[in-house]
Formats: sequence, C-alpha cells, structure tokens
Amino acid sequence: MNSSNLIDALFIFVLAGFIGFEVIRRVSPLLHTPLMSLTNALDAIAVVGAIVLVGEHKSRLAAIFGFIAVVAATSNIVGGFLITDRMLKMFKSSRPATKS
Amino acid sequence: MSAELAGSQIVIEILYLIASVLFILSLKWMSSPTTARHGIWAGEFGMLLAIIGTLLRSGLEDYHLIAIALVLGTIIGVPLGRVAMTAVPQRTALSHAFGALCVTLVGSAEFYLRAPDISPFMMSVLSVEVILGGLTVTGSLMAAGKLQEILPQRPLTYKGQNFVNFLLFAVALVIAVTLVLHPDHRALFPFMVLLALIFGVLLIIPIGGADMPTVISLLNGYAGLSASAMGFVLNSKLLIIAGALDGSSGLILSIIMSKAMNRSFTNVLFGAFGQVQTAAATGEVKPVRSATPEEAAAILSAANKVIIVPGYGMAVAQAQHKVRELYDGLTKRGVDVRFAIHPVAGRMPGHMNVLLAEADIPYDRLVEMDEINGDFPQTDVALVIGANDVTNPAARTDTTSPIYGMPILDVDKAHTVMVIKRSMNPGFAGIDNPLYYLDNNLMLFGDAKAFVGNIVKELGGGHS
Repeated sequence: MNSSNLIDALFIFVLAGFIGFEVIRRVSPLLHTPLMSLTNALDAIAVVGAIVLVGEHKSRLAAIFGFIAVVAATSNIVGGFLITDRMLKMFKSSRPATKS
Repeated sequence: MSAELAGSQIVIEILYLIASVLFILSLKWMSSPTTARHGIWAGEFGMLLAIIGTLLRSGLEDYHLIAIALVLGTIIGVPLGRVAMTAVPQRTALSHAFGALCVTLVGSAEFYLRAPDISPFMMSVLSVEVILGGLTVTGSLMAAGKLQEILPQRPLTYKGQNFVNFLLFAVALVIAVTLVLHPDHRALFPFMVLLALIFGVLLIIPIGGADMPTVISLLNGYAGLSASAMGFVLNSKLLIIAGALDGSSGLILSIIMSKAMNRSFTNVLFGAFGQVQTAAATGEVKPVRSATPEEAAAILSAANKVIIVPGYGMAVAQAQHKVRELYDGLTKRGVDVRFAIHPVAGRMPGHMNVLLAEADIPYDRLVEMDEINGDFPQTDVALVIGANDVTNPAARTDTTSPIYGMPILDVDKAHTVMVIKRSMNPGFAGIDNPLYYLDNNLMLFGDAKAFVGNIVKELGGGHS
C-alpha cells in the first residue's frame, strides 16, 4: 500500500465510522441483541481475506491459518444470519391496534 | 488511482461496492422491527456478492480447499444459529471469538508472507490487527465461559492486578514498536500475539456478570476495529467499511451500557464491582412484608395499570413463558400491562426484549426506561421479576452506595411494588436494596417461574 492508497483508506475508514455511528444510533434498543448478532455476521466479511490466503496457497502456514480462518468466519456468517433471523421473526406487534 | 484496473478487477470492485452499500442498508433497516428482516436479506445478499467477487479473483488455485473450509464452517455455523434464546449471550461472545480468530490468523499469515519486506505503516496496522484480534479471541472465550457458567461468574481480583495487566499490554506494545522499526525480527511476532492472548484472559477475569452487557459490547467493538485494521493490511475497502460499521456499533452499545450503569469504560475494565460493599452483611434484620400467590393475584387483578420489570433472574429461571401467561391473564381482565426494560437488564444489550419476544409478548408492550419512568406514580402495581440493582432506590438517594448515580427504574413510586425473589440475599453486586423495606413493597419469595405460575393459576381459578 503506498501513501496515497493509505490516505484513501483512512478517508474510507473515517467516513464509514461516521455512517456507522449515525445509522446505529437510530437502532431501536428493542433490537440491540439482533443488532449485535447481525454486525457479527457482517464482520465475518473478513472471510474474503482468508479465502485469498487459502486459494493462493503461498505457503503451508498461510494455507493452514487461512483454512481455519475461513471455517471460523463462515460459521459466524451462517450462524449469525440464522440466529438474527430467528430473533427478528419473534418480534411481533400486538394485533392490529384497534383504538377506539 | 495509480494503475489501470483489468476488466475482471473492475467487476470485482463493483461487487464489493454493492456489498458495502447493502451492509449499510442492512444496519439502517435494523432501526425498526417492521423493516429489520429486510436488513438480514440485504446483509446476506451483500455477503454472497462479496464471496462471489472474491472467488472470481485471479491467482486463486486451490478452490478445493476453499470449498471444504466453507462447508465445514457451515456445518459448525448451523447449530450455532439454532441455540436456545437463553444461550444467546454466550453464543454472541463465542462468535466474537470466532470473528477475531479469523482476523488474527489472517494477520499472522500475512506477516509471515511479507515479513522482512514490510513498511512501517503496514507493520503498525498489522500489529493493531493481531493485538486487538488476539485479546478479543481469549477475552470473548472467557466471557462465553463465564456466561455458560463453565467458569466462575464472580469477579476474580488480586492485588496489583491493574499493574500486571498494564505491564503486559505495555510489553506487547514495545514488541509492536520494535517490529515496526525492525520487521526482520520475525521471532518476536509470536510473543506479541501470545501477550495479546494472555492480556485478553486477564482483562475478563475481574469482570462480574452484571458488567457483561458492557464487556460484550466492547469486545464487539474490538472485533470490528481489528477487522478494519485487516482491511488496511489487505487494502480491502469493503473490509475497512464492514469493520468500521461493526466497530462503531460495538462502541455505541458499550457507551449506552456504561451510561446505564453510570460508569466509565475504564471503571468497567479496571475495577471489579462486588468487593466494594461489605456493610450490607451487618446482621441488622429489618422487617419486610411478604405475600402469597393468592394475595398477589388478588392485588394484580384489582389493578388498572401494571408494569412488569424483568431482570436476569427471569432469564435464569426461564420464567418468560409463565410471564406471558400472566400477561395474557391480566390483559383478558382488562388490566393494562407493560414491561419496563432497563438497558443493562440481563447479560447483553437487548437481552430481555429477545426473551419476552420469544414468549410472544408484543414488542410495543416493551418500554424503555426513559419512556416509562414517568408513569410509575400512576401505576397500581410494579411487579419486579428477577431484577435487583436496576430497581434500587439507593442509586438515587444514597451517595455512599456503590451504584449511586446509576439510572434506575423508579418502581418504588408505584402504589404497590411486588418483588419476586428467592430469598433476602443481596443480589449479584452484593448491594442491599432498601426497596424491600418500604411500606408499599411486598416480597414474593420463591422461584420466579413457579411463583408466576402460581399467580396465573390463582387468576384462572377466580375466573372460570
């Protein structure tokens, strides 16, 4: 990474942090648990780095580390989305409010 | 842009861009329960695009091994997605450990692939990646162990604890700086990772159960930041964005949690809670009034407005389904029943909401502390189920109390307060609760699930 790439990356990091802050601030406290399991699943996007390590197979160590990393991240993706979905399915409003 | 991108690379980058947008939308849709499930679809679709994009990259050879790893991860992931709702806190801690493990391993592999030829900046972010990642791995495993009660839940403290922790962290930082300046000292790298791993264990040892919501959030934030650092190392914008989103989510949650306990980050991390108060144990026996399930049922059915305050005790007793029956029984009689949710009730942010939603209680009946606190004076009965410190009026009045200043649910202002509790033993934090000695308070001694069940029986009996 040269220095102009670095500056680009810093811009992206700071701006994404701001977006994250503004978006997450608006998440209802009702949903804080599913929020955490969702961000966990999204965070497992680190799997892309691990996939490259396994696929390029540049060294034995890199392939082994990459393999374990892919397994760990994939289980987070699958498990994280599954449980978030299960939780959100449970949140129901009281039947159509009949205010009279 | 320095060089022209090849055609396939442009496609991949665009896939990553779409994935980033989908991730942001995914979190945005979490703002309300009505749109939240779109959020999952957006997240899943984004993830799929990102993985496809990565598999399209040139230079990948060993697709076989990738496929095995993906399948294996799925096999492990499915049961982790199907755990009981009561096990969600430890599952969450475990998945923080997995995420951080991935980041730490990738960081270590990248170090050994590049080692002597590594720029100071690259080495700095790599160090951030593996130190944050490493301490999150073991810290989260410790937290999961405590939540699963494999490890003792009470805070373990010893003299000079903070000093030891600080020293350890400082040594890890010194190694990191050395590696930044002399990246050819490859032998130092494992020690840096090892110290981070040990630091993670030591960090969680002094943390008690009541602090778990803050700690889980904090670990969530660390996991995100380490993933973002990994994005810098791999020059992956998608990873920087996803990590920054996760990091800010974790940090916001930990700020909310520590505010709800009136404590600073440093206080949560560097000061165990339980040991402060010993005065509570002084033998003086104050009179309390108690009531039977029949009496409780009679008081509840005579009320117009009831607020139920659930806490960790409800989760432990698995009483949420009985609570649902109580809610149904009272609602049928025309009683207005709502639930008051303290931000740190339970063991992770939003814990109570998930348990009550699991029991089919409509989410519009679950009200946050700030919204419901003004309603207690107009409430006939406040029924506290397995909550203690979050209802302790000493937090408002007693400047000597260790929880003084912590925002609480003002249950004592209701006309009648009923507290379901096993015995008069002080709660987890070991702090006496003056609420129990008030004139408008009734103690309902017993197991939360059994007691609520008995109340429900009484309500049913009087009706049919």
